[in-house]
This record gives sequence, C-alpha cells and structure tokens, in this order.
Amino acid sequence: MEQVKDKKFGMVIDLDKCTGCGSCMVACMSENNVPFREDETDKLLSVAWMRVYKMTNRKPYPDTEVCYFPRPCMHCEGQHSGHSPCVSVCPAVATDYSTATGIVSQIYTRCFGCRYCMAACPYHARVFNWFDPVWPHGMEKSLSPDVSVRMRGVVEKCSFCYHRYQKAMEKAYVDGRKELEENEYQTSCTQACPAGAITFGDLNNTHHEVYKIAQPDHKHHGKSKNPKVFRLLERLGTNPKVYYLSSRKWVRQLGDNYRPDEIMK
Amino acid sequence: MSFLSFAVGGAAGTALTPMPLKLMDDSSIWTQMWPWIPVPQDGEVSYENSVCTLCPGHCGITVKKVENRVVKIEGMKGHPVNDGGICLLGLAGVQLLYGSRRVKTPLKKVNGKFVKISWDEAVTEVASTIETMREKGDAHKIGCLSGTNRGTVPELLKRLLWVCGSLNFFHMPSVQDSYEITLRMMQGGSAMAGFDLENSDHVISFGSGILDGWGSPVRMFRAHSLWREKGARFIQVESRLSNTAAKADKWVPVNPGTEGALALGIAAVIIDESLYKTDFVDNYSSGFDSWKRQVTNNYTPEIVSKITGVDKSLILLTARDFGRAKNPLALCGRGEGSIPGSIKDFKAVHALNALVGNINQQGGVWAIPEPDYINWPEPTLDEAASAGVSKGRIDGAGKGKYRLAQSLFNRLPEIVNSKASSPPDVLFVSGANPLYTIPDTVAMNEALNNVKIISFSSYMDETADKADLILPNHVFLERYEDVPASAGLNQPITGLSKPVVSPQFNTRHVGDVIIQVAKKLGGHIGDAFPWSDYKTCLEETLGDKWEALNQTGFVTEADFNPTNDMSGFKTDSGRFEFLENGSVAEVLFSSVKPEGDEASYPLTLVPFDSMRLTGGYIGNPPYLMKTVEDTVLKGNDVLVEVNPKTASKYKLADGEKAFLMTPKGKACVKIYHYEGIKPGLIGLARGLGHNVNDRFLAGKGVNVNQLMGSKEDTGSGLDAAWGIRAKLVKA
Repeated sequence: MEQVKDKKFGMVIDLDKCTGCGSCMVACMSENNVPFREDETDKLLSVAWMRVYKMTNRKPYPDTEVCYFPRPCMHCEGQHSGHSPCVSVCPAVATDYSTATGIVSQIYTRCFGCRYCMAACPYHARVFNWFDPVWPHGMEKSLSPDVSVRMRGVVEKCSFCYHRYQKAMEKAYVDGRKELEENEYQTSCTQACPAGAITFGDLNNTHHEVYKIAQPDHKHHGKSKNPKVFRLLERLGTNPKVYYLSSRKWVRQLGDNYRPDEIMK
Repeated sequence: MSFLSFAVGGAAGTALTPMPLKLMDDSSIWTQMWPWIPVPQDGEVSYENSVCTLCPGHCGITVKKVENRVVKIEGMKGHPVNDGGICLLGLAGVQLLYGSRRVKTPLKKVNGKFVKISWDEAVTEVASTIETMREKGDAHKIGCLSGTNRGTVPELLKRLLWVCGSLNFFHMPSVQDSYEITLRMMQGGSAMAGFDLENSDHVISFGSGILDGWGSPVRMFRAHSLWREKGARFIQVESRLSNTAAKADKWVPVNPGTEGALALGIAAVIIDESLYKTDFVDNYSSGFDSWKRQVTNNYTPEIVSKITGVDKSLILLTARDFGRAKNPLALCGRGEGSIPGSIKDFKAVHALNALVGNINQQGGVWAIPEPDYINWPEPTLDEAASAGVSKGRIDGAGKGKYRLAQSLFNRLPEIVNSKASSPPDVLFVSGANPLYTIPDTVAMNEALNNVKIISFSSYMDETADKADLILPNHVFLERYEDVPASAGLNQPITGLSKPVVSPQFNTRHVGDVIIQVAKKLGGHIGDAFPWSDYKTCLEETLGDKWEALNQTGFVTEADFNPTNDMSGFKTDSGRFEFLENGSVAEVLFSSVKPEGDEASYPLTLVPFDSMRLTGGYIGNPPYLMKTVEDTVLKGNDVLVEVNPKTASKYKLADGEKAFLMTPKGKACVKIYHYEGIKPGLIGLARGLGHNVNDRFLAGKGVNVNQLMGSKEDTGSGLDAAWGIRAKLVKA
C-alpha cells in the first residue's frame, strides 16, 4: 500500500485583516478547556494558548500606528526535522515533533514541570499551570471531552487543535480515505476569526491556500518567497510554521531584531 | 562504634538516600490528582442552529452539544450576517449559560434581602402590584424598560402596559434610534438604516467604531476584510487611535465632538468642486440650494480646519477622494453606538451620502422596512386603562420638541427632579441594566430610589440587585424568541433563537410570565392575551414563517433590492430633504459641549469601546476578562490612556496611580502613556467596574458611566454626550 505523504500543517495570519478583537483567543479557550482565574491581568500567569499582542510604531500622535499580532504556538521545525527549541530540551519526551503532521505535541501526563521548554521557546508560546484549574460549580458542564483538562504543575500550549485532526482522520478512515480535504481540518481560531485573517492548511500541499499565500521555500527552511510574508524571529533558525502577512514595512520589521544600520531584506 | 563514625555515617546516609527526592516526587504526583480537577464526560455530539442575541448584531450560531451539555458555540455557516464567523462574546456565551451570575429562582426582596419565592407567588405578586396601581388610578405610573423595541417579547410587554393603562414603554437607546430619526426627517416614513458595506469602494466613518462593536460586529469585520481584498479605501475620523482607526487606510485625527463639522466641510469641498451627483440632487432632492448656500458659506476648509483641528490639505484630499469614488459611503455614530449622539451629526453625514447620490444605491445607505409580522388585533381597554392611556407618556417622546423620539429613558432623572410629570412608581426591566449602562449612573440610581423595580433579568446585575422582585428569564440558549433585524444589515431578516438545552434553573420565559400575569388579572387584560403560552403566541404570530425559521434559523426577503428605486421617499415633497423645515439653523454645526468648566477641569474624559469588553447590559464572561489587555486593567486597577505629552505636563509617570475627577464623580486610576490618544484627552474603557456578585467581573476597574454625565440633544432629546470635563491628580 502506498505510503501517505507527510503533512506540514501551518498557518498564515493576515495582519492587514486582523483587527485585534480577540475572538481567536476565546475560540481557543472554549475549544481547549483553558482554565480561568479571578485575576487574569498578570499575563505571565494567565494561561492562554493564543495571545494577541498589541504593537505600535512608537511614533508620537498623530503618526502613531498600531498592529496586532496573534501568536499561537509556532510549531517550529528547526534546521532539521524535529529540532524545535522546546523539543530538544525536554528531558521527559513530553513534547515531541511529529514528522507526519509537523505538529509539536504536548503530553501533559509526561510533563513534570521543569519548564526548560518555556525557557527555550523564543515566542513565549508555552505557559505553566501554577494553579489547579477550578471551574465554578456548574461551569464544568461546558468542558469538552475532546481535550483533557490539565493539572497544576504542567506546561501547556497550542496544539493546532490536534484533536480536530484526529477526529477528521477517523472520519476519513471510516469513509475509506487516507487524505483529508483542506476544509476538513481547521483549527478553532481559524474557524472563528470574524475577519477571516487566519488561513490554515498543509504547507506541503501546493493546492492549499496556506501554501499559496506563504509560498514556503522548503529548500531554505520554509522561508517565504512572498515579500509581504515573514515569520517571527526568523533568523534564529527555528523554522516556525506560522507565517504573518503585512503590507506595512514597520510591522514586518518588528518580526525580527535588526541593527539600526541594517536594511531589512 | 564511636559517636563520630555514627554522625558521619548518618550524614552520608541522609545525603545519599533518594528518600527526600522520592517524597518530593510523590507529593507532586499526589497533589496533581485532586478530585476537583474535572474529567469531562464523553457522549453523543450534536449541533443545533440558533441566533445569538447578546448584541444587536444577531449572528447565526451553531451550538455544539455533548449529550445535553453545551460545550461550544460556533458561527453558523451560510448565515447572511456572519457566515461562519463569530465574535468573542458569542463564543463565551456558554459561560453565561452555566455561569454563577445566573438568577436561579424567582426572588423577592424582604427587608433589603432577597428571599426565594415560588413562580405562583411571583406571578400573583406582579398581578396584584398592577391591580393596586390601577385601583389607585395610577395605571399610567407603570413603566417598562426593555433592551429592544422589536420582536414579540417587547411587543407583549408594551401590550400589557397598554391594556393596563400605560404608554410608558421605554427601550434602551442607541445609534439605531438616531439613524431612524435621521431617515424620518430626511427621507420620511419609518425605516431602519442598512448599509451596503460590501459593495462600497470608499468608506468614511465619522467616529464609528466599525471594528470596535458598531453595527453587527462580525459582519463589519468581514466587510473590512473584503475591502482589503478588493482595495476599497477606508477612512476613520476619530480623536483616538482606536482599533478601527488602527486598521483604516487613513486616520483623520479630529478634535473630539467635531466630526459633524468635518462632514459639512467635506460636503462644502464636494459642492465647490462640483463632485456631487447632480442627477440625484436635481431630480430626487429638495432644499438643496439653501442647504448648499449655508454649507459653502459657513464650512470652508479654513473654518472647518479651525473647528476640527484637521489640516486644510487633508480636508481637501479626503473630500476629493470621497467625491470621486464610485460607491462612496459615510457612516456615523460613535464607538459601538450605545450613545445615540447628536442628530445634527447624523444629518450632516447623511446629507454627505445624499450629495454623492448613494441613497438606495449599490454600496450606499438603504432604507430597510421595519419588520411587520406582528399584527395582533387592537385590544379593548377598560375604564381604568383608558384613563391611564389618556395621560400619555411621561418622557414627552413623540410630542413637541421630542416629537421625533420614541422613548427617552435618559430623561428619567430630570423628570424625577423637576416633578413636572409624575415618574413611574413601578418599572418592569427586561434585557436592560440601566443602573450600569446609562451615563450618570448616580443620578439614575437616585431617580429609581422610589420606584418598585420588577426585573426579568437572567443575571444578577446592578439593576436586578436593586429590584424588589426578580422573575428570571431563560438565557438565550434556553428559550424561543423571534429576532427581527440585524443592526445595519442591508436586508430585512428575521431570526429565531431556539432552546438548545432545557432550562438549567428554575427560570421562566418572560413571554409566559406576561401571559400568565394578564390571565390572572382577567377581564379585558386577559382577553388581550388569547394565547395559552408564549410559544403558541410566537407560532401564531410568525404564521407561515414558523416552519422555515425552525428549519434554517432565519428568513430573509430574497427579492429585497431598493437600488435605483427613488420613489420610496415618504416626505411631503416626495423627495430627499436636505432641509426638513427649510430652517437654516438646522444645518449649522453646533458642538455638544462636554459638561464641566475648563478652568477646574482642564482635560476631557472620553469613554471608548472595545470588542474585549462588553459595555452593554451583559457584563464580560470570564473568558472575555482573560482577553482584556494589561494596559487596560491591572489587578483591580483600571488604566486610563493619556498622551505622554499631557502626562508630562501633569508629571504623571507611566503606571502611576492618580485620581480621575469629573463633575460627576471621582475614581482611582492608573496612568497609561498612550501615543495614540490626542493630548488633552483621557481615554477610559467602557465595560469595567461592575458591582455584581461574580468574582470574575466584580470590583475590577471603574464604570465610566459613574463619571459621565448625559447631555440632551436639542434635535431629539436623546443623549448626545461624548465626553466630560475631567482632571487628573496624583494619588
């Protein structure tokens, strides 16, 4: 039987369309049983897989501009398959890189909370459960059985809604298929985004919208051939699978650290 | 065996034993296995379509259930409003269903404390309250405040009041009211404003937070993305760099409150340079010549530049771009539109639309007919009712200088204080939280001190807390309700909100309660409600739409297309009226001055809206609180946006605590240096500072409405305050 081709699931976020409303954050929380606490204003303690950052061009009124950066897990591939910053430091194999999907997993029951991965992640995509998740009486009814609830003392992060991939694959197998249609597996944030700013799909599949926009050059660690598309801290060599699109130069420039005298390519 | 070797051996043994590590490991494992960490129950998954009624946008939703539990709310694919998209409040709707804020059973206040009562007692109590009022000859002193004035539930409330003898039905005002009044004045007849956003190629918004909750938020987001794809231009006129301004192609920073003057200035340039549509102006409008004279004489770019603080060159450029666009569209109504605003601003902006000939045109402003499916027979009034009805409305709406307004609840404090007309003794409140959402909450609270409040609130909010009786309604996921119209949508639509789960608590549909109260009162009142229950009423009212609504969740009028139909003007002249009465003063811009004197209050406080904070009657659910930025709320402290220039003038460091004072009140805040706000302004988010029994929401920040005052618009009587004078003092 023919081997199924490897996927490389990734995302392009159109920053021209993103309005910073925060629906992606709530879509993610609701889908993935993310806990909440009385005070969520200390963002270092607040558990959120998807976070929207607000950036400005630091110019005074009225030349100020603002751009929002939604930030899920980047699902870094690294310079060779699986050499993600977090995966390579985890002593418990609690996080791993899947070559079949390109998704960086997080196995809560294996994690013992050393937080090396958090230190290694340059995107602050990982959060630690400092507290037991507690749902007020009655609210546990809203929990989805598709995603396990995490306990105190473990690290968690965006999974690209991996459970949705599993469900879609199960359905495909029942139908006698081994491949998914593009729209069969979409993350919760992609589906919810009222601006339609997020495009999700297989970066290896030239027919997928995400490939057409991101135009990844797989010979150069996925670097985009689209001049408007960039990745965060691209020059670290983490090879993330989340791409950003912006027509504004200052926004693209924010994606990486440039010397004052350096001209951005 | 010496003591030394014993000690050394002991120390070495303790140091090398794995016991401490093992114990630590065990304790960490054991403390992770508390029974209160829930294991979500698995079960059969199903999906049900309904309509979200948490805001006037009315998106279609698909509710994901596991057995009989709601686990997720998603946008409904193929729905004309949102087609699959959904906003964060809609997503967090599950938390409103299961949240701890729910009122779980009917409550009656006895000696200042709520006690549980049965539904029979509650219905009897309401009926006897009405009966007593009628016997006293005070039927007209029964009032009702509803969140909306459309649909069967508001109509049932209105009908109950009517047959009991009161016309005092109020609804919460918004920019939708302002637009209706504007259309009535300029186009005649009653209609809602719909905007063909998707087909416009140049949109200019005069302070409307079109990406901050204005209109139907999801549709606005989708339209914005569409403009990006097809290269439509989008200009935002606003004094603060809001999310909307941040996404605009061009942000026109303007002095706050002068947006209307800029609209007239743009109109003047368009007239001057003959960029207007002569076909529309010549053939379908009236009063243009005198309007034109006023505008071109009084609103030259130089004058407008002085009023608005916008460069003359930018005014010219903005006007030319707008005048030359193929399908230009101008929008009005500040922020998310919870404060109606000045009718003059709306008229100026609407005249701008007429000038470029986009009334009932592709990409323009359309007059959407009011829903007309509720046709109940007129009830017979008994003596007491006729006597009450003859006393008219207490707020003066529909008469004299308030002839254009339908309801003016904002005037209540004034009415109570002036003792000019009798304030209500009993007030029903349904789908509204006036003690939180109406500016100057202190005055509103005082005005309601001697009023018996009967609340139908599903949640224990500020108004419900003050109520004497609470008859909790089901939340939107538990009840049937017709949902007419979607704010700003350019087609007539009726949706049906359906119960996707059975009621979680001992609540009852407000429609059923009304019918039961009426039946208890009997006589003509009971006869006016011939239905056995609300569902029967709804089914009969919707008639042949019922089946379709149950199947798809919404019905639209597919053949509705008013484009190029200019015969629809219902004014006396049959034309579009640039000047309603030919009066010149109508045209001239007059700024709504913020309350307070400049000498003692050198700064101006402007409330702002954001998608992450609901300023309306439903407070933020926990998931929304999680999304609030730490530049808006930190701990329990609210941060106010101040331009670094202003901050340095008053020596206020970033993050420093300060007192924010206005003529209405005082609050402790933290300073946030934000470059995007005009110097001299203080920006404060709407939607914080709730005082309710919900630890995820209560006591966080400050309710801006405590600090705000209300300003009556001379044209309509509606509230037109956009800010208030303020000062900041180091704490």
